Amino acid sequence: MKFTWFNLMPWPHLPNDFREKYRSVWVDIPTTLYDPAKGHDLYNTYLDELEYAETLGYDGIGVNEHHANAYGLMPSPNIMAAALARRTSKAALVVLGNSIALYNPPIRVAEEFAMLDVISGGRLLAGFPVGTSMDTNYCYGDIPGLTRERYAEAHELIMRAWREQEPFAFNGRYTKLRYANCWPKPIQSPPPIFIPGGGSLETYDFCLDFDYVYCYLSFGGYKRAKQLMDGYWQRVRDRGKDLSPYRAGFAQTIVVAESDAEAERDYREHIDYFYNRCLHVYPGFADAPGYRTIKTLKANVTTQMTQQALGDVSRMSWDQLTHDGYVIAGSPDTVVAQMKDLITGLRVGNIFCLIHVGNMPKDKCMRSSKLFAEEVMPKLRDMWPEYANDDRFWIHPLGRHAQRAAAAAVGG
Amino acid sequence: MKSRLMDVAGRHQIRVYEGGSGPELLFMHGAGGLLANDPFMARLEQRYKVTAPLLPGFEDSDSTQQLRTMLDFTLFGFDVWEALGLEDPIVVGHSMGGMIAAEMAALSNTVVKRLALVGSAGLWIDEEPIPDLFAKLPFELPELLFHDPTKFSALLSAGGDFNDPEFLTTFLVDNARRMSTAGKILFPIPDRGLSERLYRIRARTQVVWGASDRLIPPIYGKRLAEGIRGATLTTIPNAGHMVPYEQPDAVLAAIAKLHN
Repeated sequence: MKFTWFNLMPWPHLPNDFREKYRSVWVDIPTTLYDPAKGHDLYNTYLDELEYAETLGYDGIGVNEHHANAYGLMPSPNIMAAALARRTSKAALVVLGNSIALYNPPIRVAEEFAMLDVISGGRLLAGFPVGTSMDTNYCYGDIPGLTRERYAEAHELIMRAWREQEPFAFNGRYTKLRYANCWPKPIQSPPPIFIPGGGSLETYDFCLDFDYVYCYLSFGGYKRAKQLMDGYWQRVRDRGKDLSPYRAGFAQTIVVAESDAEAERDYREHIDYFYNRCLHVYPGFADAPGYRTIKTLKANVTTQMTQQALGDVSRMSWDQLTHDGYVIAGSPDTVVAQMKDLITGLRVGNIFCLIHVGNMPKDKCMRSSKLFAEEVMPKLRDMWPEYANDDRFWIHPLGRHAQRAAAAAVGG
Repeated sequence: MKSRLMDVAGRHQIRVYEGGSGPELLFMHGAGGLLANDPFMARLEQRYKVTAPLLPGFEDSDSTQQLRTMLDFTLFGFDVWEALGLEDPIVVGHSMGGMIAAEMAALSNTVVKRLALVGSAGLWIDEEPIPDLFAKLPFELPELLFHDPTKFSALLSAGGDFNDPEFLTTFLVDNARRMSTAGKILFPIPDRGLSERLYRIRARTQVVWGASDRLIPPIYGKRLAEGIRGATLTTIPNAGHMVPYEQPDAVLAAIAKLHN
């Protein structure tokens, strides 16, 4: 199993009446709610936590990209990954990822990812999301009905830029480069590539065509993810591919304490903050027309758009969130049991551990992370013994001897 | 009004509504498409030989070669014109259709001779931003589109109820197809440079606006009329963006000035 400690970097100071006063945590949330001086402390705390996760033995530390979003303060995940590259030496730098259609020209992603891979000695794990409709269409103005075509072209350009040894002309519909020439080249050729997906057949096939890792990054928890992941594995079988669980990844909110009661006592307010304040997104921003294919839309059309539904969205309680698997919470034993269900039920080899939650302070975050690393992870490590040597989907750093010791770099 | 599926340049299979007799009139629809048993089309066919093609994504119109840019949409208009064998139609465009019609008149300025732009998209004025149609929920639309939303909102939904989940599901799927096409020229800001091409338009032009248009405010009508040589602006009271449905007689009277 591979465990990545992930931080969404939420803003922890949203007011108590946020849901009543503001229509969305994303896209049009006013920056009067942000305070750069507090932000200074926050970014550095969040980076401390990511660095701490490496010392606890997590396989990866993870960052992602959002725009105008109060629960995801990383418009540039590459800046965070660069900060981490210099302060860590073992963990994979999981950048999940760069919304490749939004970089102009997209060869910028090839260049920056190559830089991260080279600085870190080959520890980059590269994510290529399409990006949510909130980010891609509403915040960055990409035309929804053309987003997927632009994404496909950006992917072609980036992979070719990493592969080619000579400058080449790239005559795309959206990007034209007379001299496509990626300096530097990444150490890994290429870095492992993870694709966040939401259940469309097209994305299953895209991952299987290129042997990329399919990741389901929802906040809905493992019980609600079963049907979607079953669909993925069915497609893997249909395509005649091997069933390595490392072809798949899943994000799960997890909090660990000494006992179930202590978990509820210590983490309840932070879980509540995240699920009931941070996820307050205006439905008009959820899905720009054309962003999803009609086939996908027909399968998952939302009816949360009626006047009535908007009026009575009920708050989700701790009991509901933990019972329905949105959150795995409790003593190490409780968490181990549920994690085993998750791992076998979804057949995943990669877990993105969402252990920092909402407005959780550093001390609680560190304790929960430590308990998971010491009391839970060891019992899950060998869940897939028959795939113990399958390293196709993980980083391949330079050997120890070739890697400049990060500690020396930090000490000067 | 009768309709049929028609091949356009081997690239599109589109639905075309046709009817009536009199002067030729080509109608380019807005982002919502034509309404069920469209009442404005019914009025037009009493006086004109009307042709109203549906863009790909509207009803069962579809494409093998998708439209991406403003030029694609403009040339689509002429491809349809040729496929139908139109000679010298009055070109009428409503909202998004007005944007396409204006582009056609700017591009091929000796071919389009009579033009009516009704609540037309295509310009952007920083001081009077157009609300984001792409972030509106269905139940918010009537207020935005009509002078009198209580009287006319049933038109939009063909009698369905936006607060009924089952109806809403069908509406959202159809709406996603329509707005996906519309988004190519309207998202995120409905300006593809028309203001820089208005000077080319030579057609006799009527700019027609609802006085209480809350989607594209009347200042846009004024600006369009100022930009097109010899254009006349007709502002119609007690009408919003859906002026052809709220005040059809006044819109017909404005169009009539193009040929009387």
